[in-house]
Amino acid sequence: MESCNCIEPQWPADELLMKYQYISDFFIALAYFSIPLELIYFVKKSAVFPYRWVLVQFGAFIVLCGATHLINLWTFNMHSRTVAVVMTTAKVLTALVSCVTALMLVHIIPDLLSVKTRELFLKNKAAELDREMGLIRTQEETGRHVRMLTHEIRSTLDRHTILKTTLVELGRTLALEECALWMPTRTGLELQLSYTLRHQNPVGFTVPTQLPVINQVFSTNRAVKISPNSPVARLRPVAAKYMPGEVVAVRVPLLHLSNFQIYDWPELSTKRYALMVLMLPSDSARKWHVHELELVEVVADQVAVALSHAAILEESMRARDLLMEQNVALDLARREAETAVRARNDFLAVMNHEMGTPMHAIIAVSSLLQETELTPEQRLMVETILKSSNLLATLINDVLDLSRLEDGSLQLDIGTFNLHALFKEVLNLIKPIASVKKLFITLSLASDLPEYAVGDEKRLMQTLLNVVGNAVKFSKDGSISLSAFVAKSESLRDSRVPDFFPVPSDNHFYLRVQVKDSGSGINPQDIPKLFTKFAQGQSLATKNSDGSGLGLAICKRFVNLMEGHIWIESEGLGKGATAIFVVKLGIPEPSNELKLSFVPKGPANHGQTNFLGLKVLVMDDNGVSRSVTKGLLVHLGCDVMTVSSGDECLRVITQEHQVVFMDICMPGVDGYEVAVRIHETFSKRHERPLIVALTGNTDRVTKEHCLRVGMDGVILKPVSVDKMRSVLSELLEHRVLFEA
Amino acid sequence: MDVVSQLQRQFLDFTTSLYREGFLDDQFVQLQKLQDESNPEFVIEVVSLFFEDSEKLLNNLSTALQQHIVDYKQVDALVHQFKGSSSSIGAQRVKNVCVSFRNYCEEKNVEGCFRCLQQVKHEYHLVKSRLDALFKLEQQILAAGGSVPMIA
Repeated sequence: MESCNCIEPQWPADELLMKYQYISDFFIALAYFSIPLELIYFVKKSAVFPYRWVLVQFGAFIVLCGATHLINLWTFNMHSRTVAVVMTTAKVLTALVSCVTALMLVHIIPDLLSVKTRELFLKNKAAELDREMGLIRTQEETGRHVRMLTHEIRSTLDRHTILKTTLVELGRTLALEECALWMPTRTGLELQLSYTLRHQNPVGFTVPTQLPVINQVFSTNRAVKISPNSPVARLRPVAAKYMPGEVVAVRVPLLHLSNFQIYDWPELSTKRYALMVLMLPSDSARKWHVHELELVEVVADQVAVALSHAAILEESMRARDLLMEQNVALDLARREAETAVRARNDFLAVMNHEMGTPMHAIIAVSSLLQETELTPEQRLMVETILKSSNLLATLINDVLDLSRLEDGSLQLDIGTFNLHALFKEVLNLIKPIASVKKLFITLSLASDLPEYAVGDEKRLMQTLLNVVGNAVKFSKDGSISLSAFVAKSESLRDSRVPDFFPVPSDNHFYLRVQVKDSGSGINPQDIPKLFTKFAQGQSLATKNSDGSGLGLAICKRFVNLMEGHIWIESEGLGKGATAIFVVKLGIPEPSNELKLSFVPKGPANHGQTNFLGLKVLVMDDNGVSRSVTKGLLVHLGCDVMTVSSGDECLRVITQEHQVVFMDICMPGVDGYEVAVRIHETFSKRHERPLIVALTGNTDRVTKEHCLRVGMDGVILKPVSVDKMRSVLSELLEHRVLFEA
Repeated sequence: MDVVSQLQRQFLDFTTSLYREGFLDDQFVQLQKLQDESNPEFVIEVVSLFFEDSEKLLNNLSTALQQHIVDYKQVDALVHQFKGSSSSIGAQRVKNVCVSFRNYCEEKNVEGCFRCLQQVKHEYHLVKSRLDALFKLEQQILAAGGSVPMIA
């Protein structure tokens, strides 16, 4: 055979058919062999194809088919048996494989179909996700817009900027055609167009608040779609040619400052709202989307909050300004007050000095005068001057005390003192002045008043003197009664001083002192002024221009320091007045009473112990006088025997009698004679009792006579207790007494 | 105010008026000072004594002045007595009348003496009734459970 592959066919007419078959088979074989190659190539390229085994099968199937067709080429001519065998083998194999493949395909094709279904499903899902993504992106956009809007709105605290920014930003975000804000008027009955987006200067349209569409919007906190023809939405002249866009309105709550304790806004009924109206562009098919409405609602809320913050800020700025003004004013007032106080203190100091100097002069000179020779009346007068001047000097010092009292820097000098003696001292001091004015003064001390008390003696005396002094000063005639009690708890609560509630305790008691005078009285209206410094009632000023007006003010302060209360009652002018004060004093420890170094002023008080058991003889024919004198001496602790005649006297007198009091005015009995006889009876001086004459007149003749007969003393009747006491002590000390 | 305080106040007012009107003077105060626990009835005793004494004296004075020939010495002595006792208890007005009585005695002025006698009787009765009233008040206070305020 020739190696040439060109086939030289015998070309009979039916050999043309064979030629065509031959060529077709050749190409089929070629195609069949190339397909697997392609398949392999593509499978190699793609990694995802799941049915590799199927491909192999298919490949085998195709290869065998190709082989079959190829071998078929040799069967067109005479061919050997080998070729026939190969051909048969190939055909058999091909049949085998193709059947298997066909069977296989039955399984595969449903799978392949389902793959397709899944693919479709996934595609749908992908489309859905895309849509959702789009939505989320839009929402995020919205959120970003809201945040940005809020930021813009809240970045300013100026009301106008807030509102303007809101409209601008909303307009931009939502691509609105028009955006408007209607604010309620002062009365709340109308809404006024306050801000718009497009119009630079909105004309002052107003609509009444009670429109149904407005009520509808105000009744909910959601954004409400309203008709473009409603009065609030008609902001521009409506031209017929275009279709207005959808309009939405939402309420904006306006908070009053006082509403801040309320957290739930919609609950309130009496609220003011503003109305925000938003219009989509006309002639567009845009509709309000849900997320846009939500955006609008959120923005409305934020605007409300921002407005309220702005309002708070305004208010607090105003308050701060007010406070600053007040601070300045207060500061000024304080400085002025300080200046005034300093001025007053300077004045007081100067006055104190000016008043003090002459006072000291008076005291000094009076003391010197006291040292000279004086008649008893003169001495008494000088003593009174001295006492009064000392008192006055103290009072002057206390003018300064008053300012110290008001500063609160004054403290009481607490000590134990004799309360009874204090009252008597006051009485003694006032008596001379009172007797000059022919005023009668009585002192009455309650029997349960303790003799000793703990307190500030000096200031209590001062208060007492002041009050009694006032009583004397303002009485032209009549009487003054001074009484002191221990205040009991029922009487402590006086209806006239309802805010004074003293509470007595175990070691304190309340002393109540009343000074009642029958003088000029006080007008009840003037009573409150009495305790004010430097203030005097009208009538007082005309009568007594020498009162400084400080007295009662000082007293009040002292009394207050003593945890007490002082007040004055008067029924009116001409009806007298009663000054009453209650102070708290301490009860001294019983053991302290004996340790007292305080010696009460006045006549020397040697106490009753000196005279205890002193044997005394009293000779008086007048029964009344006799009992009085006896009572006096008994009170002083003496052992008294009485006789009514000279003879009786001489009969009973013994050495044991230390003193004999005899009335020398007895008719028919010569007291002098008795004295002489006594001298004769007791020759030794130390055995003889002391003889004292009691007489109604102490002229020089009588005195000389008494001296001559050897009497040791003469006393003027009537004798007071104190006088008797001093007489006895003088007698016993000096063994002679001649009353000057 | 309870009863005791009221009575006490009354007592004080009354006493004050007695002094103010000159019925009593400081001597009476002295007398009251002599009254204490050991001698609780001193004042009443002395005053009763005075009343007794005074009745007698007044009777004697009337008798003496009604004599045809008045014994001025005796009258003087009686008045002196009266003066002494009245001044001892502090009956001021009585004492003052006694003083002028004595002057008339010295002058031996019968009419003056008579007048003074009437006056002294009058004054005596006045002071007696007042002292009686005072003591009655004291009793009332003591009966009500209170204590008699002391006058100094």
